[in-house]
Amino acid sequence: MDETVAEYIRRTVLKIPRDEIKMMLQKWGFLSEAQLQTLNFHQIKDNISQEVVQLCEENCADIKQAAVLDIIYNHIYQNKRMWSVYQMKRSEEELECFDIADFKKKFKGRLQSALKNVTITFKEYEDNAIWIRVAWGTPYRKPNQYKPSYVVYHSQTPYVFISSSVLKSNVPLLCQALIVASNYHDIREMELRSHSLDSLKDIVFKRYSQNFPTHSPKPLQGGNVEPESADIRIVQENKSEKERIHRLNREAFGDGPQPKLEFAQYRLETMFKSDPKMAVLNKKQPFRCLVKFSSPHLLESLKSLAPAGMADAPISPLLTCIPHKARNYFRIREKKDLFPECFVSP
Amino acid sequence: HLATSLPLPSERDHLRPRIDLIVFMIDIKSKYSLKNVEASLAYVDASFFLGKVCFVVTGVGRVNACSIETNAICKLGEAYCSPVLFCELELEGIRVATAQRLLRMLQVCAGHVPGVSALSFVSLMRNSDND
Repeated sequence: MDETVAEYIRRTVLKIPRDEIKMMLQKWGFLSEAQLQTLNFHQIKDNISQEVVQLCEENCADIKQAAVLDIIYNHIYQNKRMWSVYQMKRSEEELECFDIADFKKKFKGRLQSALKNVTITFKEYEDNAIWIRVAWGTPYRKPNQYKPSYVVYHSQTPYVFISSSVLKSNVPLLCQALIVASNYHDIREMELRSHSLDSLKDIVFKRYSQNFPTHSPKPLQGGNVEPESADIRIVQENKSEKERIHRLNREAFGDGPQPKLEFAQYRLETMFKSDPKMAVLNKKQPFRCLVKFSSPHLLESLKSLAPAGMADAPISPLLTCIPHKARNYFRIREKKDLFPECFVSP
Repeated sequence: HLATSLPLPSERDHLRPRIDLIVFMIDIKSKYSLKNVEASLAYVDASFFLGKVCFVVTGVGRVNACSIETNAICKLGEAYCSPVLFCELELEGIRVATAQRLLRMLQVCAGHVPGVSALSFVSLMRNSDND
């Protein structure tokens, strides 16, 4: 077995938390059950990984099998990576029959004709997701297995999720190969990025609970307001206001859990509006400014702002439109006509 | 009675008893909360400022998260001749102690303590430097 493969397998196993190594090796399926029984999972990881490498030697593992183990690891720990969303476009609306073998062949063919030194690995999962791992090399160097790109493609949708390695220059090549393989004619990057792959899927597949505006003449009963403290000696003076806030919040955010995003970024290219005393800033050029909101769970924290009294309801549509517009990067420019408001450009 | 701001909604006027003490809660982590209190103060009748108003500043335990300067709050207290209490609601001991202080003040303001009235708080507020 190649030394580089051995080292790669050793390092991949070292990444896995000790309690999960057995499960992942079983998922991998490259080592037999008998071989797995011989492994001692209670020793330090260094030793476990050495033993795994030895067993892989016996089975003559090559880089292809090692790559599959890497996909399995990244599938389970997908939230460690940053994912971007791309949308593909077809020229006609005709639904082509998707053939997985054909897709793989075309994808490989396209990449390999452009770049000889690539390692391409596919793995299909039950939810119709096709995971593709690509390790990039150059015409003179073998592929760097430690900085691969991952692509997740749901064949019934025009969306592709890409997590790039640092080598961003390979993304156009990747995109080309994808549209060729999947019979689309164009692909564009959406302004949507997050660590949570599932949440990105929820947003573009519209799987989160959206709220449709409904007219409710009387306030909804039960459940929508926080349970009042049972103590009847406490009187809430602003009960109707609280209920109004809850209602507006519900309309803006819906009822269910929000998709998990870590940040929203607004690039402002608007004119600075101020009182005449600060005229020095009233140049004719837009005031460039970047506003970034970050949070472990941005949408949930925005949802809790108004009920917590930290912001007025309704919350700005610039914030609430994030899941509907499927974007968390915005560019705001001055609207150049009668209305003095800003508009959000694509 | 809990309210998020003043003035109080008028539709509940008939359900409200006499108000003996108004406690303004300011969250030191939120500038918004200070602004809200300052705006609400305008709706308080002047007679309340004879000892029936008190400011409670919460969240002082988390020094890193302070958004408002204590100076600004002390100035507010001086401007309105009302005491300022600092507390940290997340610590049970301080929470209980503050509640007991407020309760004691309320007893005085409501006239339940013979010989002491709300006006006593005003005289206690006077700094010896001010003379």
